[in-house]
Amino acid sequence: MHETIVAQSVFESILELTNEHDALAIEATISCGQFNPINDEVLNFAFDIIAKGTPCEGMKLNIKHIPLSACCKQCGKRFDYDVYKPGCPDCNSMEFDFKKDAPLLLEDIELEPIESN
Amino acid sequence: MKISLNKKILDKNEECALQNSEFFADNDIVCLNVISSPGSGKTTILSQTIRDLTGEIKIAVIEGDIRTDTDAQKIRATGACAVQIETKGSCHLSAQQVTGALTTIPAADMDIIFIENVGNLVCPSDFALGENLRVVVLSVPEGDDKPIKYPGTFAKADVILINKMDLIDYIDFSLERVIADIKVVNDKAEIFQLSATTSVGMESWYNWLRSKINN
Repeated sequence: MHETIVAQSVFESILELTNEHDALAIEATISCGQFNPINDEVLNFAFDIIAKGTPCEGMKLNIKHIPLSACCKQCGKRFDYDVYKPGCPDCNSMEFDFKKDAPLLLEDIELEPIESN
Repeated sequence: MKISLNKKILDKNEECALQNSEFFADNDIVCLNVISSPGSGKTTILSQTIRDLTGEIKIAVIEGDIRTDTDAQKIRATGACAVQIETKGSCHLSAQQVTGALTTIPAADMDIIFIENVGNLVCPSDFALGENLRVVVLSVPEGDDKPIKYPGTFAKADVILINKMDLIDYIDFSLERVIADIKVVNDKAEIFQLSATTSVGMESWYNWLRSKINN
């Protein structure tokens, strides 16, 4: 996943809102799926560089990794699929029906209006 | 003040991709995004496909590489139209680059447009280009552990071409393992075993392409 492109896109969306509301950005929530996940450390690193000197500097990024629901075709077990340990936790089968993997979203932003004198 | 957005982060690319897909739909074009590691044989597969389907299906190719127009030249040698995008550093094509490339070829006249993406098994799968179908090429010499190492890419494939099957007797490569690992993340993709250099297996791939045009 291109963390620098994600960081730039997130920054531009947040900056637009800080300008619109004359505010500083405090925190934002990003969510991603399992097959093309975000690397939290790399995203935070890239974002910190981009945000320096802007109303987004110092803000917190909450990154949610949304589980991928799977149903084992052999035993019917429903579970959260682990990309790093594939296999049904009950019967070790490798045949599943998956729900759709979560998209990469900017879920919400918290702003603090700048107090004018 | 909390503002709820639920906005797709790569939305600019998605908007461009949607424009591209509308262009393809308006002009009855089947567009395929071809993704693989460097050296898997994408250009050779496309060149042979064009040669064998000349006179039957009108094909153009948008080539993506970091540098050189080597691949576009190879495609043009078949008689087909090709345009080269040199990304000069970017490891994948973007929908916007494809929009630009479409204006430089007689795209509307084509039955099929292949987009040969930059050789990379990771990043291209994150960036929709507006294609109808996604092709992933895996070649025998790369090894049989790629589907399990790169699940994101294989999960999104509509068709998977296992290329260089002419080398299978010389390389430690388990077809059984590859197919089983693909099916874990993708039980819908068609899988074709072929060799673009010896033409073994290519007719099944062509029949699949024909079925996509007819639909």
